[in-house]
Amino acid sequence: MASAQAGAALAAHPSFVREKILLGMSVREYVRSCCTPANAIAAAILVVGVPILVYRFIAGLGATTALSQTAPWGLWIGFDMMTGIALAAGGFTIGATVQLFGLKAYHPIERPAILTAFLGYVMAVIGLLADLGRPWNIVMAIFNYGTASALFEVAWCVMCYTTVLLLEFTVPVFEWLGWKKLHSVMRKALIGLTVLSVMFSTMHQSALGSLFLLAPTKLHPLWYTPYIFVFFFISAIIAGISMVIVESMLSHRAFHAQVAGQHVDVDKLTLGLGKAGALVMFAYFFLKLQGVIDGHAWGYLATGYGAWFLVEIVGFVLVPALLYAYGSRNGNVKLVRAAAVMGVLSIILNRLNVSIVAFNWNQPVRYVPSASEVIVSITLVTIGVLAFRWIVNRMPILREDPSFAEGQH
Amino acid sequence: MRIGRRGFFKIAAVTAGAAGAASASAALPHAEGTDGPGVLVDTTLCVGCRACEAACAEKNALPAPPASDDVMRERRDTAPQVFTVVNRAEKDDGTVRFAKKQCMHCIAPGCASACPVRAMNKTAEGPVVYDASKCMGCRYCMIACPFDVPKYEYDSWKPRVRKCSFCADRQAKGLKPACTEVCPSGALTFGRRSELLELAKTRIYTNPGKYVSHVYGEHEAGGTSWLYITDVDLEKLALRTDVPERDIPSLVSGALGAPPFVMTLWPPLLMGLYAFSRRRDTVEGDAQENGKEDRHG
Ligand code: SF4
Ligand code: SF4
Repeated sequence: MASAQAGAALAAHPSFVREKILLGMSVREYVRSCCTPANAIAAAILVVGVPILVYRFIAGLGATTALSQTAPWGLWIGFDMMTGIALAAGGFTIGATVQLFGLKAYHPIERPAILTAFLGYVMAVIGLLADLGRPWNIVMAIFNYGTASALFEVAWCVMCYTTVLLLEFTVPVFEWLGWKKLHSVMRKALIGLTVLSVMFSTMHQSALGSLFLLAPTKLHPLWYTPYIFVFFFISAIIAGISMVIVESMLSHRAFHAQVAGQHVDVDKLTLGLGKAGALVMFAYFFLKLQGVIDGHAWGYLATGYGAWFLVEIVGFVLVPALLYAYGSRNGNVKLVRAAAVMGVLSIILNRLNVSIVAFNWNQPVRYVPSASEVIVSITLVTIGVLAFRWIVNRMPILREDPSFAEGQH
Repeated sequence: MRIGRRGFFKIAAVTAGAAGAASASAALPHAEGTDGPGVLVDTTLCVGCRACEAACAEKNALPAPPASDDVMRERRDTAPQVFTVVNRAEKDDGTVRFAKKQCMHCIAPGCASACPVRAMNKTAEGPVVYDASKCMGCRYCMIACPFDVPKYEYDSWKPRVRKCSFCADRQAKGLKPACTEVCPSGALTFGRRSELLELAKTRIYTNPGKYVSHVYGEHEAGGTSWLYITDVDLEKLALRTDVPERDIPSLVSGALGAPPFVMTLWPPLLMGLYAFSRRRDTVEGDAQENGKEDRHG
């Protein structure tokens, strides 16, 4: 049926490629329109980064990373996977807000949030494949059940959730292609998919924290707690909310044309999200303190690691929590956005701290990522941003497709 | 989009069913009792001849260890091509002590519990063995091992995790592990773990003041197949002494017990929320039907 429809669509619009892919321009016009400084930078990154990624598969991890026997996990796990997945939490957070809690006002930011989540997961999975020593054996996870492993849970949930995100993302894709029948089927499925997305996210966002439960002697006591999986889940919600705010700020700036003529009050949504952000972040702050008290780790606060820990929980949790609260209370959108930027940084910092900085803190030789690792991570982010832009420019993500508008909720 | 009451229950049932089907119970790798094979290392008897290193290398087709004993001036660790190393330490009175490091073959091994694909596995006989053909190279086993034993072949495009296998193949044929067979000084005793534990305690009690009164491996990480008795701080002999007494898998099992609950409780709960918010919507919608002109519905 799909292919028949595609054929029909092609027949109906002889200039399918031109209209849908080239944004209504001829090939030459299109290519010329791509010659922008931002694209030049992106191209430069890809020209360096992609060959490094390829080289990693030929020459092995040793040639491209700074990983060692005492640092088996580095930037690709700590940033690309841990952080990428946390930052993609906007997908299930906003999905649940709109679809399940019925806060329809947030509908306009649901699609960008889901798209970001989807791309985030795809990039995280690519990062993971680069990091796995034997990526071809990833299929083994389907046949061998290491059910005592938190990583097993992460692997399965990430697989399932990426599929769910893909399915959720088909709604705008079908609108773009004009496939009405499939579109209405998927729209109906959206509620079920949202339930699944909350379920899988709850499990793997927290399981990412559970990964560290088995290393009490390796993770610094200020970060190790038996409740680390709760921390990971709550901070993922913070990451989701903060990312959605940052992203709607950026995309409404970057994609003027897309949002022109729409009456979406982004500022109001931002303030609402800010209120939620403040709540969750305060809760997170007090839980983190509780973790320290519980682990009897006070003594470590006077050390260098303690100072760094305070930077994390005061500078990047308490301060943005206050900013969120103050900003959303006084209707100060700028403040809420500043808090959101800090919220995003806060999660990046936390994930890097847990998986790299405070991990194996007592080993004589510390891990510092190699240039190749950094470049590959930047490359993956760049690919994600490019894909986001490519899709937003073509599909009804930030705007609505008028011919489908009646189908909105 | 409208979903009637019936439709809503249908969706709830389907999602819950799908979730239930995907659910897998978090089973722990069973520790086959505590009486598998074991080795008792008596560091007071070890003469540091490194015959065990040589025998291990030969048995596992690894490069021969360096001939000169000078290598013991530095603290060494196992490596992808080195499954066991002997380290040297001096006591306060100047006597020299040695200890061999290798995989401890934990009774409830962290490495095997961490492996998502069961490439690292505790055999029913006791040894913890590795199967490269299943391994996806996540290196979580290295994170999980509290003794820092598994090592990785970072320089290969087809890397393996490497570690001592307790000569599982030799044991299956009724032979002793290669290292214990060549040890000339009696520092390594191979046998049943329960008997070795008794032997270790007897040595400690019948020689008052000689040993530190602790059998390393009796409780470390929930108990290991390899046991050590010593008269110096084992930390000096390059063995990790900060290993918790709880077995590693039990640190995780609590958190891993959650998924079945999440999978059975979340869907109905969320669908309930959804039904609630729809009802509220309808009520609100009826109230302000006329006030709303833009698309809704
Ligand atoms: S010592 Fe480490 S590698 Fe050996 S069985 Fe125990 S956890 Fe596994
Ligand atoms: S590296 Fe291999 S053996 Fe170790 S946990 Fe991962 S899949 Fe298992």
